[in-house]
Order: sequence, then C-alpha cells, then structure tokens
Amino acid sequence: MQKFSVKDIVAIAIGAALFFVLGRFVAIPSPVPNTNISTQYGVLALIGAAFGPLVAVLAGLIGHALIDFSYGWGIWWSWVIASGVAGLIMGFSKRSVKLSEEKFDKAKIVKFNVFQIIAHLVAWVVVAPVLDIAMYAEPVNKVFVQGLVAACANIVTTAIIGTILCAAYSAAKPKKDSLEKK
Amino acid sequence: MMNIFNYIERKSPVHAMTGASKLLCLLLWSFGAMSSFDPRFLLGLLLVALVLFKISKIGVKDVQFMLWFTMAFCLLNNLLIYLFSPQHGVEIYGTCHELVHLAGRYNITAEQLLYHLNVVLKYLATIPIVLLFVTTTDPSEFASSLNRIGVNYKIAYSVALALRYIPDIQREYHDITLSLQARGVEMNRKKAALISRLKTASGTLVPLILSSMDRIEVISNAMELRSFGKNKKRTWYRARPFGAWDIGAILLGLAVLLLSVALSAFVNHGRYYNPF
Repeated sequence: MQKFSVKDIVAIAIGAALFFVLGRFVAIPSPVPNTNISTQYGVLALIGAAFGPLVAVLAGLIGHALIDFSYGWGIWWSWVIASGVAGLIMGFSKRSVKLSEEKFDKAKIVKFNVFQIIAHLVAWVVVAPVLDIAMYAEPVNKVFVQGLVAACANIVTTAIIGTILCAAYSAAKPKKDSLEKK
Repeated sequence: MMNIFNYIERKSPVHAMTGASKLLCLLLWSFGAMSSFDPRFLLGLLLVALVLFKISKIGVKDVQFMLWFTMAFCLLNNLLIYLFSPQHGVEIYGTCHELVHLAGRYNITAEQLLYHLNVVLKYLATIPIVLLFVTTTDPSEFASSLNRIGVNYKIAYSVALALRYIPDIQREYHDITLSLQARGVEMNRKKAALISRLKTASGTLVPLILSSMDRIEVISNAMELRSFGKNKKRTWYRARPFGAWDIGAILLGLAVLLLSVALSAFVNHGRYYNPF
C-alpha cells in the first residue's frame, strides 16, 4: 500500500467525487425510458488515462458505492465492482497514451478508445452479469441484455466525452517540447 | 448546503453507536441477505430490521423519498426478470405448477412467484438496514470507521476527501451551468436534441475537470507539506471506543451471516428453500 503517493490519494478522492456528482446529478435522460446516459464514465476514463489503473479502480469503486448509498437502494455490489473493473482496464491506457507528457493526437485517441471499449465490454458484458448471476441468481438472458445495453451506451458516451476531456486536459498541460529555442 | 447523504440527527442508541460497528453490521447483513433465497429467513430479517428502525427513532416520513425510489427500482427489476425469463422459477426449483396460462411461454407458475417473492424480500430485508446506516451515520465518521474495520487509512482518507469535496464540485458544476446559460447555451431538456445536449454536457465538463485537476495539485501539495502518509497509522478525530450496542450490532451481523450460511448448508441443502 506504500505505492500510493499523496497525489494518488487525492486523485482517487477527487475522481470519486466527480464520479458521484456526475452520476447522481448530471444524468442526461435518454430516449429509452428509465435509462440515463451516464457521463461519469467519460471522467473515469480520463482519471484512468491520467493517473493509472490503481487510482481509477478505487475512484470507480468509491464513487459508485457512494451513489448507491445516497439513493438508499442498498449497494448493488455486482455493478459497483464492474465500475471498478472498468476503471482498472481504462487505467491501463496510461502507459500508451501518456496524457501529460505527449500530445494527444489521432493515434492516441484510437488507443484510448480501444482501451475504453475493452474496459466497458469486460465490465458490463462479463463482470456485471456474471456477478449478478452468482450473487443474486438473476435470469441469464436478462442480465446479459442489460449489460449489453449498458456497455453500448457507456462506450458511446465515453468515446465522446472521454475523448473531449482527454484532449482538453492534455492541451492544458505544458509539454516537454512546448518551448522553442530561437 | 444540500444534504446528499440524508443524515438525520436524533438522539437514539443507534445514532450513538460508532460508524465502524454499523458499517460492519451492514456488510455482514447484506452478504447474509444476498446469499439466501429462503423467504422465511428473509422475512425474519425484515422484522428485525423494522424493530431496529423503531429503536432509531427514524420515521417512514424521513425516508419516504428514498423508499419510493427503491420501490420503483425493485418493481422495474422484477418486471424485467419476468419479461426476459418467465420460466426462471421452474428452472431453479425443477418443478412446474402452472397457475394461470397467458400466452406462449408467458404463464404464471408457483415457482416463478416464489422466486419473485424472494427477490422482493431481498430488497425489503436489506433496504431498512441501508437506510438506517445512511440516516444515522455522520458522513465524517464514515471514513474513520472504514479505517477501523481494516481498510488502509490512505484509502479511508480518500473516501473522507471525496465526501468533503462532493459539495464543492456540485457547486462548481452549478456555477458553470449558470454561466453557460447566461451566454445563451440551451440547457432545457425539452428544447435541445440529444446530440446537442451531449455536446453541452462536455462543454460543461471541460472547465469542471480542468479546475478539479488543479484542485488535485493544490490539495496534494497541502497534504504533502503536512507530511501526510509518513507513518503507518493515524488517529481520527471522530473515533470513539466500542460500547455495548456496538458489540451487539457486530454480533447481530455475524449471526445473520452465519444463520444464512447454516440454512443453506444444513436445512435447504443449497441457496434455495424449495417447498415443491
């Protein structure tokens, strides 16, 4: 546990707080009733790309658990864990994207999105349904359809919002070769 | 400031308990309720939870809003289960007692009804305890209780920090939306199309994220200056010693979990109570 620097701890906290605020208050209602477009995964993707898997997994877990707590419907562990897994896999993009050191160009955008698509597929089509079946004995086809719908929605929102956020964050960071000698 | 976690201050034994014991009881209880599909056991849990509710002096009125929310969620989930898998109960219990035949594979069987009863009871057995925890635990005590039950203090501290900064981030988000509206950006959900709403959302998020990233720098510098994380342990301002009620709560949680496991292992021979 000594691996965590102070900055990581704070990044987990702010990441979880952002995840909570966006998930709880900034849901964009979609045309399909009772489903919201969750903008928070775009932010989680940025946290992952900027701070790595360990920070993102905890930010996802804490943020999602706090959302469940504040609704009072009990903690839906299977989906909380899935959020953590999504954060974890999106965090692996840190090494190849290098947000704060290099420019966020087209190749990086593709890499970032490949990671987030894998992350969402694993989290919502594998982890969440399997845990739902194991923990709550829910019908197989129901949880997989739910997971597939969630994965698609999250992939699209992360692709749009996550990419925009990463570009903005990367542009705001001064790069190594940003000063030219004349 | 908005009270997002619905903490309600009252004078009751449940309020006086430490956050750590309540959290531990909540976790043990929810795992116990989650693993069992025995309606008798779940009904028993519900009754005990209602007694605890009475002791805590929290009324139904206080939690009305959350209850409605949860009920809607529960109803929707049951509906989805039935739509997708009307024969789920038959698969689980291995027998088929048809009561009403509707159309195609959509009939109503006693097994399916029992499964749905179990799902509803699972909600009913867990929700009161979660509500009780949320309404009787001061959020600032929550973090120290996490550390108390064995979570590394750095992680516990980041939970505390998250709770501390949620209202700030919320306010900032609100300010940004107001200033965007003042510049004429359409936020009304009826007037703007979905794609343009997504665009506005990211327009609001960019300043929010950038300022939050700055915040991370500022806070971590301040913590570093105060040598945060230098030692293996830390003390908590809100920490209190365990009392009789705390030990009682932990024992109750343990009893629930053990009973649930024992029922599955010895009485029902599996997670399901099968009367058929």
